[in-house]
Amino acid sequence: MKYQVKPLPPFNLPVLHTVGKPLRKVDAMGKAVGATVYAGDYSMLQMLHGKVFRSKQSSARITRLDVSKARALPGVACVITGFDVPNARLVSDMPGQTGQKQRAGSDVPVLASEQVRFYGEPIALIAAETLEIADKAMSLIEIDYEPLPGVYDPLEAMKPGAPVVTPPDNIVARWKIRKGNVESGFEQADLIVENTFRVPYQEHAYLEPEAGVAWIDERGVITIRVSTQVIEHFRTIARAVGVPQNKIRILGTMVGGGFGGKEDITTEIYLALLTKHTARPVKIVYTREESFLAHSKRHPYVIKHRTGVKKNGLITASKIEMISDSGAYPYLSAYVLLYTTVMAPGPYRIDNVQVDAISVATNNPYTSAFRGFGGPQACFAYEQQMDDIARQLGLDPLEVRKVNYLRTGDCTATGQVIESAAWLEETATRAMAALGEQTIDYGSVKIGQGFASYFQSYGRITWLHDTSQSWVGIELDGTVTVRAGVPDLGAGQANSLCQIAAEVLGVPLERVTIYCTDSALTPLSGTSTATRQLYMSGNATLTAATTVRNVLLSRASKHFEEDMEALDIVDSKVFIKSDPSKTLDLVDLVRMCASEGMHLSNLALFKAPFTDPINPETGQGQVWPDFTFGSFAVEVAVDTETGEVTILKAAACHDIGRAINWAAAEGQIIGGGMQGLGYGLMENLIVKEGVIKTPSLSEYLIPTSMDYPDIQAIILESGTGLGPFGAKGIGEPSVTPAAPAVASAIANAIGVSIPEIPITPEKVLAALDQAQATVMK
Amino acid sequence: MKPQMITLHINGRTHFVALNPNLTLLVALRDLGYTDVKCGCEKGDCGACAVFLNGVAVNSCLVLAWQADEAEILTAAGLGTSEHPHPLQTAFSDAGAIQCGYCTPGMIISAKSLLDHKPHPTEAEIRDAISGNLCRCTGYAQIIQAVESAAEKMAAEGPAVFGGAGGEG
Repeated sequence: MKYQVKPLPPFNLPVLHTVGKPLRKVDAMGKAVGATVYAGDYSMLQMLHGKVFRSKQSSARITRLDVSKARALPGVACVITGFDVPNARLVSDMPGQTGQKQRAGSDVPVLASEQVRFYGEPIALIAAETLEIADKAMSLIEIDYEPLPGVYDPLEAMKPGAPVVTPPDNIVARWKIRKGNVESGFEQADLIVENTFRVPYQEHAYLEPEAGVAWIDERGVITIRVSTQVIEHFRTIARAVGVPQNKIRILGTMVGGGFGGKEDITTEIYLALLTKHTARPVKIVYTREESFLAHSKRHPYVIKHRTGVKKNGLITASKIEMISDSGAYPYLSAYVLLYTTVMAPGPYRIDNVQVDAISVATNNPYTSAFRGFGGPQACFAYEQQMDDIARQLGLDPLEVRKVNYLRTGDCTATGQVIESAAWLEETATRAMAALGEQTIDYGSVKIGQGFASYFQSYGRITWLHDTSQSWVGIELDGTVTVRAGVPDLGAGQANSLCQIAAEVLGVPLERVTIYCTDSALTPLSGTSTATRQLYMSGNATLTAATTVRNVLLSRASKHFEEDMEALDIVDSKVFIKSDPSKTLDLVDLVRMCASEGMHLSNLALFKAPFTDPINPETGQGQVWPDFTFGSFAVEVAVDTETGEVTILKAAACHDIGRAINWAAAEGQIIGGGMQGLGYGLMENLIVKEGVIKTPSLSEYLIPTSMDYPDIQAIILESGTGLGPFGAKGIGEPSVTPAAPAVASAIANAIGVSIPEIPITPEKVLAALDQAQATVMK
Repeated sequence: MKPQMITLHINGRTHFVALNPNLTLLVALRDLGYTDVKCGCEKGDCGACAVFLNGVAVNSCLVLAWQADEAEILTAAGLGTSEHPHPLQTAFSDAGAIQCGYCTPGMIISAKSLLDHKPHPTEAEIRDAISGNLCRCTGYAQIIQAVESAAEKMAAEGPAVFGGAGGEG
């Protein structure tokens, strides 16, 4: 073993009966037998088929838009342009979003009518009796463009005189951190290391393209059955279509993959407008190519690190500059940039930090949320930087990190104190140990091992004042019902709530049913984003279930003539803990309570910590509730003749606080890790002058079952998270350290680091050639 | 060409339908309500629409409906129900092999096609068999475990009695 694995600090986790077990998720069998009705699977009588007519220019003025022939086509129910709905704007206001008090949220015309700013921008909507007629109508729309100068590089877009995509200067957001004094930090340094890193777009490539069906119900409520991560968008939709908020209802479906790509509004406003204009049900299902054009991408960044270090690796100063490409509209760019800014220095204790971050508008595809939300970009840069520091100091990568790793009680760059366990060395050594002995080089094939550590928030930004609600009730036959607005993306969001309720109320998981994702009938639980559902809705469910449990036990206490604390419920039986032979069937207890009018349900609201925004000049303040920590290790074989990189072994170790469903937690770690490996090695969205040249799954390649070996998932449970039973979050953190770990292993194999992903064979060969040329000199 | 009446035998039911010649089997199946057959790309890249056509697993987006005239078609929903699932459906559910679930029906068809021919597959054979089925959620590990565990269970239980409507096994 390369590194010694030290035992974990002593800790005691309470014994649980349901939570933690790798139980079959409540949504699994319905999906296995094809019974789950996804957004695109739903149809209605008299339903129309909708299509979105999109720009074929990246930057142009629309000089003529004539939809009369399309409207006249028999079978076309309506064609809507921006002139028909001048007030339809997609507005997302995020109070206190940027320290600069400038353009914070997005204000996007739903349909462009004068100017298009990106390729694929929506211009008109069509609803027709059949999909074929709708397609035919698309071809009958006549449009003339006058091309305008476009700008496709954020560095160019920042220059004076650049084409203006977002007035006045294309700057969409800025964040900065000022902690300590970097200049004096650099003076104390024995060595200063400087590098520039580049990270690319990433496409979500969920298997389910965006889809939805909308109709107007008998009350006049526009009801939208849609695949979304955010049912609370009903408010934004109401504003865009000009109806009161309580006249829009979102019925969220099981989501066929989200990863942040269904966090922004997708088809909802188009569906609402079309159904409002036709008074008929309307369905929209994107094709794969349209999905590529229509939704956001992960932000490309250029990140510069300048780090001062002592000879032992201690960081004395960290100065970081970063620029992200927001594309034509801001969407969540300001927030993503905040995440990257605050995570920029990595999970390291640094007294002197300066970060300057800018997000810039271009005529490229727009960028927004993608699993990790700016964290993976930051991590690629800070971990490559740590490796280079180690290399230049002649120290081991772990030794350099150990000197600097954050520990519980330390402060982040924004002055937030880490209160939970910060198991960085613990996860790094375990992930590396899981790789085992390094394979021996053979011929032109060089082997290398490397790892990356990370920290990543779970829960939303604390000044957004996030809340979640959940309702739990017990029925007369002892079954349990949960009602929560949670959208389920497949990560077990709904199942976790069931498993928590089952634990608290002492019933088997099969006896719990959840009704979810209905903005009208289930209590709003907030977004399935920001790795927040287990933390937020899990805590709300825990509170609601505990309230019901206490009602039950208060009645049982009378029955047994024992204190409530002396009683427990397991397997639908109430018993005295000190004398488990004395039992009462839960069903009988429920009936007793019901006959006495006791309240057997509860609606709970959980509040995250509420804080003020960070200081705009210094970035100081709390940003998130807490962090997940972990590490990822990879062994690669690099063929130095072809540049081909093969991953031989991969292991991920995360402290997730407490696993609620062990198999689901492993699934997040492995699946997220795989997305990260794809990001590091293979996924290559080619964009030329704003046009995506790889809009299919045969051109934009994602990992198949043949590409990478199984990722070994190592779960640690410190029990110190803010979620139920001490859980932290793992949905997004799982992706963050994979790409830098691959880059680190490749550098270890060939002795040259490659500061830009994806690390394609061409880049490997170019790096080897350059190294060769340097040696020759 | 005009619509033509064809006969489709799907999951043990027979449908007589008039279909245009350009319609894919995928669209025909979904229009008939077999929405367990998922549409992910419509060009054979993702495998979400896999079904058995006369016992052979195919991407239904790459087959014209007319080509399936009189054929026996078996979809994932035809393999089992929640009450009586196929061992693959049970194994996928229990192994954590299902996250968003959108790739699952096609994945199960490919896995069954493998087990029909190789009841005791190696890990490499499983990887190869599902290589045309993209999954963006799981990272494949738990899917491979599920296929292994279903194979063991099916071997222990003897000749399969599941999904007799169209498959070989």
